Formats: sequence, structure tokens, C-alpha cells
Amino acid sequence: METLRYLKNVSTLRLDQETCIGCGMCSTVCPHGVFVVEEKSKARIVDLDGCMECGACAANCAVQAITVTPGVGCAAYIIQSWLKGKAAASCGC
Amino acid sequence: MERSKQPEKSCCAPARPARDVAVGPTGLRMLPIAQPPQDEPCCGLPPGPPSSPFERPGYRLCGFVDDFIETANGAVPLVKTTLDSADNRGTFRARFNIGRNNYRVAPGLYGVGRPDREAPVLVTANYKLSFDSLRQELAGIDAWILVLDTRGINVWCAAGKKTFSTDEVINRVQAVGLAQVVGHRRLILPQLAATGVAAHRVRKGCGFEVVWGPIRAGDIGRFLESGLRADTGMRRVTFSLAERLILIPVEVSLTLKPALWVLLVAFFLSGIGPEVFSLRAAWQKGLAVFAASLVGIVAGALVVPGLLPWLPGRSFYLKGILTGLAGGVWVATVYVARTGPYGAAALIFYTVAVSSYLAMNFTGATPYTSPSGVEKEMRRGIPLQAVAVVLAVVAWLGSAFSG
Repeated sequence: METLRYLKNVSTLRLDQETCIGCGMCSTVCPHGVFVVEEKSKARIVDLDGCMECGACAANCAVQAITVTPGVGCAAYIIQSWLKGKAAASCGC
Repeated sequence: MERSKQPEKSCCAPARPARDVAVGPTGLRMLPIAQPPQDEPCCGLPPGPPSSPFERPGYRLCGFVDDFIETANGAVPLVKTTLDSADNRGTFRARFNIGRNNYRVAPGLYGVGRPDREAPVLVTANYKLSFDSLRQELAGIDAWILVLDTRGINVWCAAGKKTFSTDEVINRVQAVGLAQVVGHRRLILPQLAATGVAAHRVRKGCGFEVVWGPIRAGDIGRFLESGLRADTGMRRVTFSLAERLILIPVEVSLTLKPALWVLLVAFFLSGIGPEVFSLRAAWQKGLAVFAASLVGIVAGALVVPGLLPWLPGRSFYLKGILTGLAGGVWVATVYVARTGPYGAAALIFYTVAVSSYLAMNFTGATPYTSPSGVEKEMRRGIPLQAVAVVLAVVAWLGSAFSG
């Protein structure tokens, strides 16, 4: 996704390197190459602005070193969550 | 019996052989049937094929099922790796948002090729489009396909909505008795399901290890050949021109219902003038709004997705303003002679608002916009769009009195 870039400095993704065990699962599941995990080392965030907050990394981090506010990057969904609240919101996808 | 009369020489004989092939939209295998003896009374069209041995009372055999294979847990349907005309019609309908929310296959275990106890297990969603795009790539491959009940939603959206979830994987593995069907303990999941599925919890829950497969079904062959290894390309989502254009019909179809309401209001506003309400003005000026609506929809829901990488800026509402401005100016020059300068200005504001709003909505269809980013641009875009609508209404009403 080098040609298509979205807004800068908005992602809620955080990585706690103290907790990270370097298993590499985050970099496997991330569809945007946000993480790099080198051999015998811990994960690093190399492209924070590439993050779309899908939450795959956090869900698959066995030691919960990653936090992100996951959600759907969809205007229709967000409008509904403003009007009806998060629980009742849905989108057409 | 008038209808069934045929030329005497070939009563019941294959007068119209094409008809009997056309029978059977369910795609049942055509087994050879005995031709009725010639001396029987004339009976119109020849009979269709007999029932398939796999049919059961109360069930309908799916057209994509080729055969069945016996397993430790009973017969499992084997699916075709090609799409027939019924599948293609279904794909077309789904792409045009006709019955898209209920286009599903039954969850459970399927097979492809001649899978044995060591064959890989590929997990997917029960949206028929997802299922079809997977089986289409499995020609020459022996595998099991575990279809989850994602409520007819595609893999990534279902993972986001948590219908493609850790619990659903565990429950489905247990429900189909997968541990009795295969000897290994490995599931291949599409990478995009990772939003809803925690691999380490699946292992704890049902003893199966999750291997993250490629994002695109088209890479599954290479992934299996290379010993379950995905290269970087298989792990990265793309959003090519073709991938963007295929989404446009659904985007446009979603605008139709709101557009109808907007046009009703627009025809009403167009009639307001010095003579209180003029039906003639409502019709004539209303048509101009109709034209501006069409242009706004094209600018926001068609041009923005198509030209996405080349339109300046990162925010979608801004891209929509740009294309809307271009379209709006064009509509205004066409109608300025009839609507006057205020009317022309109103048409521009309106087209920009429609285009910007629809462009902003396209964020939901892209694979790279974060919710934080979308919310941020909405806080800027929606007030601008609202101001444009108010200006459009004021200028439109003003145009009726300024003439």
C-alpha cells in the first residue's frame, strides 16, 4: 500500500516492548507491514501511519504487548455510532 | 393437449434436444436416461434427468457439489473448482447489491479433489462470493474446506464484526468432528481473519494449530506448494484499480434510496417562488437538481474510487470536493441560462456536498483507512458538507426570487 497512504499520526496502536517476547505473530498477521521482528529480537513498529487499526496484531499477541482501539474505518458506521450508539451501529459491508 | 402436438414422424423423439440439457438449474449430474419406447402415446417434451442418488427429502443439492466422499464422520460434499452460469449470475447480483446480504452457503465441512486424512484444511467464510473465490483456485488440489457460519459475511468484514471468530472456529471444528476426519491438527486460515481469530486461543480451545494463509485466495496454490510459507506479497493487502472499480456498483446502489428522498425535497424546493408554488418550476428546476445529483454521485462514488491514488490529499472528503467542484461547474454551465447565477451557484454547492459525502463514505470500502483517521476527517468534512447544503438551499430559493 505504498501508493495509497491515509492520515498521519492518528493510529491508536501501541507496542509495549518490555512485554514483547518477539514471537513475530504481529508481523505475520498485519496486512500493512507495520511491524518488523528481527531474529532473536523484539517487535518494532516501523510504519505507524500504515496502521488501519484492524486489531489483528493485538488479538494475536499471546502476551498482550499490543494495544489498539480496533474498529471499522467506515464513515457510515461511525455516523450510526454517533446517532445510535456503538452497540446498535452497523454498516453495509 | 394442443401444445404437445408435434410432427407425426417424431412424437417423443428428440425433436428439441436442447430442452433436456437446460433442465436442472441445480446442476445435478445428468445421468443417462432410457429413451421412452416409440410406441408410447405422445407425451410432449421428453422427461428430464432422474433424481441424483445424493438427493434427500427436504434438501436441495447445491449446483457446486460434484460428488460426495465417505469419511469417518459420514459423507462430505466435494465441490467443483469451476463456476457455472448460476454461480456467475449470483456473483453479478451480489456485486450489484441484489440479495447480497443473504448470499450464503451452508456452514460445515466440504472437500475438493480427493482429500485424505493428511489433506490440508482451508477455513473460510460462508459468504458465497468468498467460498466461490476460494474453490475456484483449488483445481488440482486435494483439500478440506471448513466453512464457518459468518452470517453470510466475507472474511475480513466478518472478522471485524466477530462472526469469523475464535469461538466460531473452535465450535465448527468440533461440530464437524474434524479431529476424526483428519489425522493432523492444523488449520489454514486466511490472514485477514486474524482480526477476529486469536491463533493461540484456537489451539487451546480445540487442539488445532492455526497457520495463517495468504490474504488472496489466488495465492493459495503457491502457499501450499511452498510448504505453507507465505512471501511478503501474499501478506500485504492491495487496492488496485480493478479491486476499486468492482466495488462501485454496490457504492452507487447504496445511494439510490437516499437520493430518492433528496430529490423529492429538491422538487418541492424548486417549485417555491414568487407565485408561492409553481409545478412548472418544480419540474424544470427539479430536473437540474436531478442532473446535479447524478453528476455528484458519479464524482463521489465513481471518479474518487477510480482515481484514488492520483487525486491530491489523503482525506477522502477533500478528494470528493475536488471531483465535485469539477462536476458542479460543468452542471452549472449547462443550466446557468435557465437557473441564473444564484441557481448555478446552488448547483455547484450541491454537487460538491453530494460528491464529498459519498467520497467520505467510500472509506468503508477501502482496505487501508483507520477508524481514528475516518473519524478525524469526518469531524472536518461533515460541517463543510452541511454548510454547502445550506448555501445550496439558500441560493436555490434565492434564484427563484432574483429572476
